[in-house]
Amino acid sequence: MTLPSPPMSLLAELTHRCPLSCPYCSNPLELERKAAELDTATWTSVLEQAAELGVLQVHFSGGEPMVRPDLVDLVSVARRLNLYSNLITSGVLLDEAKLEALDKAGLDHIQLSFQDVTEAGAERIGGLKGAQVRKIAAARLIRASGIPMTLNFVVHRENVARIPEMFALARELGAGRVEIAHTQYYGWGLKNRDALLPSRDQLEESTRAVEAERAKGGLSVDYVTPDYHADRPKPCMGGWGQRFVNVTPSGRVLPCHAAEIIPDVAFPNVQDVTLSEIWNISPLFNMFRGTDWMPEPCRSCERKERDWGGCRCQAMALTGNAANTDPVCSLSPYHDRVEQAVTEASERPELLYRHF
Amino acid sequence: MTETPRIVTEETVLSFARGHRLQHDRVRDLWIVQAPEKAFVIEGAAPHILRLLDGKRSVGDIIQQLAIEFSAPREVIAKDVLALLSELTEKNVLHT
Repeated sequence: MTLPSPPMSLLAELTHRCPLSCPYCSNPLELERKAAELDTATWTSVLEQAAELGVLQVHFSGGEPMVRPDLVDLVSVARRLNLYSNLITSGVLLDEAKLEALDKAGLDHIQLSFQDVTEAGAERIGGLKGAQVRKIAAARLIRASGIPMTLNFVVHRENVARIPEMFALARELGAGRVEIAHTQYYGWGLKNRDALLPSRDQLEESTRAVEAERAKGGLSVDYVTPDYHADRPKPCMGGWGQRFVNVTPSGRVLPCHAAEIIPDVAFPNVQDVTLSEIWNISPLFNMFRGTDWMPEPCRSCERKERDWGGCRCQAMALTGNAANTDPVCSLSPYHDRVEQAVTEASERPELLYRHF
Repeated sequence: MTETPRIVTEETVLSFARGHRLQHDRVRDLWIVQAPEKAFVIEGAAPHILRLLDGKRSVGDIIQQLAIEFSAPREVIAKDVLALLSELTEKNVLHT
């Protein structure tokens, strides 16, 4: 038996706790509580096992990972293991002393999230008064420390028109990279889809804004589009169980952060099984690995090793069967459900905020 | 390739920009450069060149050392080294 190739990156969701309550949060609807969170020794073991398995980069995420008092220790562990460490943070808990401790521990990169460029827009999404000022202050501290910084903007119907101002803010704050990520419609995002999904015109305008900024040079731009307006699916996670492994606050190991919606399969936990066993032989990681599981139209499609059948969680959420072709694909018999969602998104329901 | 003024010459002293580093991936037995939110594989002569970057040696010193190490003509080595280091400097992986 040949083993699958090892994962490249680990998303370490240290906690689901967060001072913000964004209605598109990537955490699952069923949030894990503080009492269930792994302790420092277990996270250290996870990092050691990940490095041993072949992981090269660890993304410390959440929730807000800065609520964990052991974050600096875990960054040191990553450094000792030669794992490239990235902190994905809202920045609202960052101050000079904490940043200096993270810097000394060997943190390689920070991804700082912004909800908008305007205070009103940011507070409407994040739900935290004063957050924008704290984020700007955090960005200036990071800039002064020299730690490379990416600004992340999640965009949706309400803020998509302000993409040029987002780039201007990134340049003003001295970020090397900007990520303009259209909301992904899973979990909380899916609950709020009809309120957040941009129109096709808005999407086209946002793509033009990104292209115009790239043409200026001097700022590296990552652009993630919403796949509801596409006719071919995205190669979700670079293929199930191929490059990416996610560990939740309580130690569940997942092929992607949304995978807990997949029914009829056990979610292995690092407290019970080794990471390598989970990656290599667990039913969860093997259920959609490669191309053998594929139904038509994927099975005979020339793109099957490019998009890997798209996203399993989207197939689950929109067709009720995770083994179906991603309905974003126009060849899917369920593609009308995506088209219908685009039409329904013209209404304006209220936002539903994430909560425990 | 278009002719642009060379930002890297034999006198340049280079090192990795913050957030970038050369690393041997022992699980896959590959050399990689770690960078913000990505890692890229480098092959052929590139790892031999990049491991000599220490922020002290000049590009000329690196060329000299590799010419001796690989018993290869200096001008051949120089061409490869300058091309690689220019490219990575333009991409902000390396800086002076």
